[in-house]
Amino acid sequence: MQDVNNIVNGQKLFLKPEYQEVLKNKKEFEGNMGSINPAKVDEVQKWTESWEYREKNLAREAITVNPAKACQPLGAIMAGLGFEGTMPYVHGSHGCVAYFRSYFTRHFKEPTPCVSDSMSESAAVFGGLANMKDGLRNCNAMYKPEHIAVSTTCMAEVIGDDLNAFISGAREDAEGELDELPITYAHTPSFVGSHITGYDNMMKAMLEQLNPPKSEKVVDEERINIIPGFEPYLGSLAEVKEISKLFSDKIVMLGDHEEQWNTGAGEYQLYAGGTSLADAKTAINAKTTISLQKYSTIQTAKTIKNKWKQGYETSNPIGLAGTDEFVMKLSELTGKEVPAVLATQRAQLVDAMQDSYPYMHGKKFAIYGDPDFLLGLVSFIVEMGGIPTHVLCNNAPRKGWEADMQAIIDKSVWAKDCQIWPSKDLWHLRSLMFTEPVDFLIGNVYGKELYRDTGIPLIRIGFPIFDRHHLHRYSISGYKGALNLLTWITNAVLDQLDEETKDVAETDYFFDCVR
Amino acid sequence: MGTETLEELQKKAIAEVLEIYPAKAAKNRAKHLGVDTPEGVKGACDKTRSNKQTVPGVMSQRGCAYAGSKGVVWGPVKDMIHISHGPIGCGQYSRAGRRNYYIGTTGVDTFVTMNFSTDFSEKDIVFGGDKKLKKALEEIDELFPLNNGITIQSECPIGLIGDDIQAVAKMHKKETDTPTIAVSCEGFRGVSQSLGHHLANDAIRDEVMTDSTARQTFESTDYDVAIIGDYNIGGDAWSTRILLEEMGLRVVAQWSGDATYKEMAITPKVKLNLLHCYRSMNYISRHMEQEFGIPWMEYNFFGPSKTTESLRKIAAFFDESIQEKTEAVIAKYTKMTDEVIEKYKPVLEGKKVMLYVGGLRPRHVIGAYEDLGMEIVGTGYEFGHGDDYKRTKEDIARSTLIYDDVNEYELEKFVHAIKPDLVAAGVKEKYVFQKMGLPFRQMHSWDYSGPYHGYDAFAIFAKDMDLAMNSPVWNHTKAPWETKEEVGA
Repeated sequence: MQDVNNIVNGQKLFLKPEYQEVLKNKKEFEGNMGSINPAKVDEVQKWTESWEYREKNLAREAITVNPAKACQPLGAIMAGLGFEGTMPYVHGSHGCVAYFRSYFTRHFKEPTPCVSDSMSESAAVFGGLANMKDGLRNCNAMYKPEHIAVSTTCMAEVIGDDLNAFISGAREDAEGELDELPITYAHTPSFVGSHITGYDNMMKAMLEQLNPPKSEKVVDEERINIIPGFEPYLGSLAEVKEISKLFSDKIVMLGDHEEQWNTGAGEYQLYAGGTSLADAKTAINAKTTISLQKYSTIQTAKTIKNKWKQGYETSNPIGLAGTDEFVMKLSELTGKEVPAVLATQRAQLVDAMQDSYPYMHGKKFAIYGDPDFLLGLVSFIVEMGGIPTHVLCNNAPRKGWEADMQAIIDKSVWAKDCQIWPSKDLWHLRSLMFTEPVDFLIGNVYGKELYRDTGIPLIRIGFPIFDRHHLHRYSISGYKGALNLLTWITNAVLDQLDEETKDVAETDYFFDCVR
Repeated sequence: MGTETLEELQKKAIAEVLEIYPAKAAKNRAKHLGVDTPEGVKGACDKTRSNKQTVPGVMSQRGCAYAGSKGVVWGPVKDMIHISHGPIGCGQYSRAGRRNYYIGTTGVDTFVTMNFSTDFSEKDIVFGGDKKLKKALEEIDELFPLNNGITIQSECPIGLIGDDIQAVAKMHKKETDTPTIAVSCEGFRGVSQSLGHHLANDAIRDEVMTDSTARQTFESTDYDVAIIGDYNIGGDAWSTRILLEEMGLRVVAQWSGDATYKEMAITPKVKLNLLHCYRSMNYISRHMEQEFGIPWMEYNFFGPSKTTESLRKIAAFFDESIQEKTEAVIAKYTKMTDEVIEKYKPVLEGKKVMLYVGGLRPRHVIGAYEDLGMEIVGTGYEFGHGDDYKRTKEDIARSTLIYDDVNEYELEKFVHAIKPDLVAAGVKEKYVFQKMGLPFRQMHSWDYSGPYHGYDAFAIFAKDMDLAMNSPVWNHTKAPWETKEEVGA
């Protein structure tokens, strides 16, 4: 029973003997193997760690187990929230939107505005036009957006709703209420690609539909656009903007969701920050657009290059080399020397890398996440002398990504010990970690079960991270971002070293105060 | 503030909220909002429109039928594997978020926090996914040989592309002789999670209740009961179970937190079904009553008053020996809960609370707050039906704002107008209110604490409410150089 002077929650309550008894007695009725024959569970558990199991596991064709990706509309919402006064609007079932909002909110610990038009059985039969008509009007009346960004769920895609026609129809019926409101739309079927595909489709759609045709383009030779991609690190957005500002005031981030998920205490704001619509509507006029996530903007790139005939570059400012490339690109595009402050930051980063290198050097890492995130992180691990033993990308793009990744791995002297695993999931990774173990795992919250099962420590870098607070506020981009990566990884190595050397009179001779 | 003033304030708040809507939506939403008091008849608890289509274009907090079936009812059944059948998202967003606690070796003999998905591609939409599903079932059996069955939880496209998942399940069941259960809980069906609960219950009725294998060798006693509609969030069913066992009953099954297939299959042998979440599992309780003659009884284990009342009601169903033991249990724990109340009531008394939750909590938790001297001034259901609202009448103690399927805009306005001291709702709402400097507790996940069911759990509940209400962090919102404003002015 609870002691009023020391009330404990479930963590410790169920360890009390009376509860242990309850749990033990429950087994009589359960019928799962653990309650019938625990030895059999151990036997199968051991088998799941074997090479034999690994081969069967890697041969899976139909079932995905513990994926490391989400679906398109999630990315579309992030893209939409990168623009001023924009309400993401999902044409489809509202259950999806409840999921998207919870998912982002658990990661950012912030509200996530997004509406749906609540399509249901009747919409499945007759199409979602009626929902769109009511939905856009209600959304506009209640949330007073300056722009609505419409994406779709798989339901609307399967029944083949025509967004363009529906939105026109909704405008006609809205008694003028929607006349001045920009409404952009993208088809974002969940059964194609992943959340980064949805980001791409929505970004492309917004840019195309908000901008005038190429014939009306007025080139501004000094303007440069930067598209951040599906970026869960708000600090990275801030850092990229800060670096850009050092080169020019005319570098514009397209899709800047930094402030939306970082509002202060006081009064709740529905919309916060974002790329101004004026900037969004003149994106076509820029000389060049730089995408920081090549594989999150494949379709968007086509609009910029082929329709707008604008310069298009990609640069991934994660890690030392990635940031160097980004900085040099800005220097080249603006015709400005690299500012001294960046040179200082770089020197400080390299100095820190040289201070800490013994701890990452030769350590084996398994790492998973989105394609561009991995290109940056793996590059940094290689720069530090770490070994990216397993690089797993569940949503690996079909073309180009593997070759890009291989080129980065080839810079390591341990390249031959590293493997790239495209289109594999975290249950595959479990087998890989048992059969070819690593020292550390880098990934999102779902890696914690792999940590529990394999004992290999998880360093939380990625998306989503629900069980640690405020990491998303930091940057992983730029020189300062690389310093954060260095700090997190090095200290995780040191934490593990302490963990392994803390046994009194056994291992604690190595429990050093200075490392 | 007198009752009358509160009522007027609440009615005014509704009128103001409705002003923003276009005429059609205003007319619709007006029927979902109202005020009721413990006295009188035909108040909002009788009249509130519920379980209807959500108004399009709003930020509803509702989920879908898949969430109701996979996320709520089936997902916690620990020794079965639940496939999210369709595109990748649904299974990912619903993975390991509900805190359905269980004991087992995950990935070997239990699977609750994992995500199994058929990860549909365009090809599967065009050519159908039945073959892929069959293959998925086979791969699961090969890689997870200790699973005690598989359920197939349909996502939206399945019902739209004409797949026959029932046939695939039937074939697999025949081939392997293990339970293989398909649920057509596509997210677009119905208006909320609620239909998903019903569809999941129906699948249990058709596929589990008809399997008498485990029942044949099961030796029942006169004191066998099942806990129905407890998802063991933060361990709720365990802190419930201990009380039932101490009063002399034998709990043979938990539905469905920490449940197994066998527990569900032996339930038709119990003497009484104890129903906590009426909304999500009244269907199967009614079925067992009709099919097996098992009576069911609703109970409420939130807060000591309701727990004690419920224990006595349950005991009255059994003989005197149980009743005696029950009184002993009540006496034993009441001493502790009285101390809890003595400790926390002084710092919580008179604080006003607004609730917005799902299933049973919008009414069931009222008693727990009242035990601490806190006052509920507004409550509503995400996916309740008329019978939920009718039942709510018994639990309200003063003029109460009633809101069905309240959206973010409305709830925010209501909070501005009514000025509660605490808001208790879900994660999507949490940070909206915290930004206003309002203490908030998630009442779906117990805000990563709990359990909240039973006497021991009440101590945690009280401690958590104190934590939320009396943390110093709420005092920091205004910077010292800003003009000081009276709180609550």
